[in-house]
Amino acid sequence: MSNNKCFVSGDEAVALGARLARPNVISAYPITPQTIVVERLSEFVEDGSLEAEFMHVESEHSAMSAAMGVSSVGARAFTATSSQGLLHMSEGLHYASGARFPIVMMNANRALAVPWSIYGDQSDSMSQLNSGWIQVYVEDAQEALDMTIQAYKIAEDENVLTPFMVNLDGFILTHTYELLNVPNQEKVDEFLPKYETENKMDLENPKSLCFSSTPLDNLEFKYQQHMAMINSKEVIEKVDKDYGDKFGRYYGGLIEEYKCDDASVLLVTVGSVTGTARVVVDNMRSEGIKVGLVKLRYMRPFPEEKIIELSKNVDKIGVIDKNISHGYEGTVFTHINSALSKMNNSPKTINFIGGMGGRDISKEDIKDIFKSLLKTTNEDKEKTVQFIGMGCEIDE
Amino acid sequence: MIEIRWHGRGGQGSFTVARLLGASAALYEDKYALSFPSFGPERRGAPVLGFTKIHEKKINDRSEVKTCDYVVLLDETLINENVVKGLKENGTIIINSKNPGRYDILKGFNVVAIDATSIALDILKRPITNTAMLGALIAVSDVVKLESAVKGIESEMKKSIVNKNIEVLKKAYETVKGVK
Repeated sequence: MSNNKCFVSGDEAVALGARLARPNVISAYPITPQTIVVERLSEFVEDGSLEAEFMHVESEHSAMSAAMGVSSVGARAFTATSSQGLLHMSEGLHYASGARFPIVMMNANRALAVPWSIYGDQSDSMSQLNSGWIQVYVEDAQEALDMTIQAYKIAEDENVLTPFMVNLDGFILTHTYELLNVPNQEKVDEFLPKYETENKMDLENPKSLCFSSTPLDNLEFKYQQHMAMINSKEVIEKVDKDYGDKFGRYYGGLIEEYKCDDASVLLVTVGSVTGTARVVVDNMRSEGIKVGLVKLRYMRPFPEEKIIELSKNVDKIGVIDKNISHGYEGTVFTHINSALSKMNNSPKTINFIGGMGGRDISKEDIKDIFKSLLKTTNEDKEKTVQFIGMGCEIDE
Repeated sequence: MIEIRWHGRGGQGSFTVARLLGASAALYEDKYALSFPSFGPERRGAPVLGFTKIHEKKINDRSEVKTCDYVVLLDETLINENVVKGLKENGTIIINSKNPGRYDILKGFNVVAIDATSIALDILKRPITNTAMLGALIAVSDVVKLESAVKGIESEMKKSIVNKNIEVLKKAYETVKGVK
C-alpha cells in the first residue's frame, strides 16, 4: 500500500469498499470465488479496522435472513455470495425486496450445476432478475469498490429502498490483482452518511413489517415496489454524477457508450468482457471500421430508454450473453429485443452465447462477432442465436 | 505490453511472485499491471501458472493470456512442451536449474539458468524460489527496476520474511548479472 493506492484482487476491492461503507453487520457464508471477500471482512472485524458484527451463518439462506433482520431495525447490512449460494438465498431475495430492505450484496458470477463448475458465467444472477433487486455488473476492481459504496447510496434513497446486488465475473475479476485507488474514509462518510429510515422496527413508533396481504391490497404493494425500481433509474444517474464529482470517477450511470457515435454496428456486453471488447473496437476503428460498444451496467432497472436512443441510427446490434435460457436465447438478448420492439424500424439483432462455465472469450471471438454483424443483411436467414467458441461441430 | 508466465507448483509461491511483480510495477513505477493465477482449484504440489501483464496504459483485455515475453520456471521438474508454448519471438525462458543443457525442449530458445534452489536454501533455509526467480527475471529484463521490486516485497510480504527475501532477490539478481 502506498498513499491510497494498493494492488489487490476484485474480491479484496469489494471488501475494502464494504469496509468504507461502514455496515453494522456482515452475515455471509463463504463460497468460491467469493471466499476472499468474507475472509478479508472477518479479518477487518477482528483487527478492529471495521466496527461491525461478523455473523458466521450456517448457510446462504441464513445469511440473507440475518441481513433482513439487520435491515429491519434500520441498520446497514452487507453480505456476499455466488452461484449455488445465490440460488439457496432465492427465497430471501424476494422477501428482502418486498420488505424494502436496502441490503447490499456482492455476487461473484459463477456457473450453475450441473455440470458442477466453480468457473465464471452469469447464469446465477440472470436467473434472479425477477427477485426485485437492483443489479449492476462491473468491469474491473476499481468499479467493484466504487459500486459497493454507491450501492448503499442508491439502495437507501427514500424513493428507492430496494436491495442492491453488485456482480463481479468469477475469477476474471474476483481473482485478478490490479491497481486500486482507495477513497478516503472521511470523504466516503460525507458521501454516505449513516442510514436513517422510517422502515424499521421501533419501540417508539411500532409498526408492522414483513406483513401479509390479501387479494385486496397485494397488487398495490407490488406496484409500489415496481415504481421504486423505476425511480432508481434517476437516482442511479444522480449518484454516478455525485460520486464522480467527489471521487473523480464517472461510469456513465445505467450504461456506458464506447465509441458509439457514427457506428453502424453496436455490440452490447455485460461485465468483464467489456474490457476485451474495448480493445477490439479500438483495433477495428484504427482500420476505419465504424463499430461501437455498449457496456450495459444495470440489468435492473433495465435502461430501456437509453437502449432505444442509442439504436436509432444503427443497422445491427450484437449481444453477448454469458448465460442462456435453455430452448430460447440469452437473457440480455431478450431484454434488448423487448426494448427495441418499442421503436419503429428497429435494428437487426443477433445473440452470441459464450463464456459459459469459464470458457474464454478471446479478442478473435469478438472480432468474428463484429465481422458476422457487418456482413449480415436484414434479408439473411442467419441464426439469431449463435454459439461462440464451441469445441465441436453443431448440427442445428 | 510485457507478459510474463510463471510456472511452479502449488506452495512454491509462483502466484505470489506474479503479484509481487505486478505490485512493484503498479505501485512504484506508475505503470499498470494485472496479476492472476491459472483459474481454478488450488492444490499443494500440483502444477500452477501465474501471469503478470505490465503496460504503460490501463490494461483492458481480460481474455486468456496466450503469448508471453518471458517464461519463468520455478521448478525444473515441470519441463514439458507447454513451457515454451506461446513464447514470443526473442522471448526468454528463465529456469531454476544447475544444468539446463539437458533439456532438448529448450534448444533454440533464449535460456537463462540460475540455481535458485541453492540461493533459497542458503538464505531462507527453504526451497522456496519465487523471489530468487524474480531477481533473475529483473536481471535479464527491464520489466521493473530492482529498487521497485525491493519496495514491492516490503509492501506485499509479511514483515517477518521481508529482509530475507530482499537478500534472496538481490543475490539472484547479482548472480545473473555477473554471469552475463
